[in-house]
Amino acid sequence: MLVLSAVKNEESYGYKIIKDLRPVLTLSESTLYTILKRLIDDKMVATRSVEFEGRLRKYYRITDKGRARLEDFKREWEELTNVYSFILKEEN
Amino acid sequence: MKKAEFLDILRKELAGLPKDDLQSRMSFYEEAIADRMDEGKSEEEAIADLGSIDEIVKQIAEDTSLVKLVKEKTRPRRRLRVLEIILLILGFPLWFPLLMVGLVLLLVGYLLIWVLVLVTYTVEVSLSVAGIGSIICFFGYLTNGEMNLMSLGSGLSAIGAAILFVFACIWATKGTLKLSKAIVLSIKRSFMKKERSK
Repeated sequence: MLVLSAVKNEESYGYKIIKDLRPVLTLSESTLYTILKRLIDDKMVATRSVEFEGRLRKYYRITDKGRARLEDFKREWEELTNVYSFILKEEN
Repeated sequence: MKKAEFLDILRKELAGLPKDDLQSRMSFYEEAIADRMDEGKSEEEAIADLGSIDEIVKQIAEDTSLVKLVKEKTRPRRRLRVLEIILLILGFPLWFPLLMVGLVLLLVGYLLIWVLVLVTYTVEVSLSVAGIGSIICFFGYLTNGEMNLMSLGSGLSAIGAAILFVFACIWATKGTLKLSKAIVLSIKRSFMKKERSK
């Protein structure tokens, strides 16, 4: 989910995703690969290879399906926070 | 370590992966190194940043299913010659039982470990039953005189031992589960690794 939000606004590439997420989570290259592969298989993320300084760099960007999934996640999370604050209120 | 060396070792460790999977992983790491070098890191620093090859391979082994690895390993690299096919069929009564015996032996060896765990649980149960039984004997005056006191003593020690044995049970189960995981991982890694050239 976190990786999905890292490619939400603009397409990004492997190392940039890791750097962008570093304040939140330390991600190893192998972990990122696995997550990206799953997202690509689920068609949440699309890729494109772009030539960059004489080599190919793979860029990842979010698809409509991925965006929808992200919205679902946000909604689920809001519901959960509502439940959570309700429980807190009951306790006090 | 230099980039070429790193990629070379990695490729050998992962040679058992399906070809397209291997290729995409290799180019992913290649790109990772290049991106770090663009940022001003030296080749060595960029590679150190990726972590040890051992860790990388371990994680990939965990991510890849054994079925996929076995399938890839048993896929013939070239078409079998007619003679080879005939030999395979004729030799079937010979190699099939041998293969099965080997597999069963491995399975028995593995089950043996679980039997040891089972023994620990059995000891645990018998200690508890003996302990509780002896104490019931004591309170019910089923024996008399010094014998009654002995029932209490042995009952308490059995229960004490049973409590200690709970830890042995936990330890044995956890250890065996951990061992099983390690065995599966090493099998996967041996499947992934490039065979030594004949």
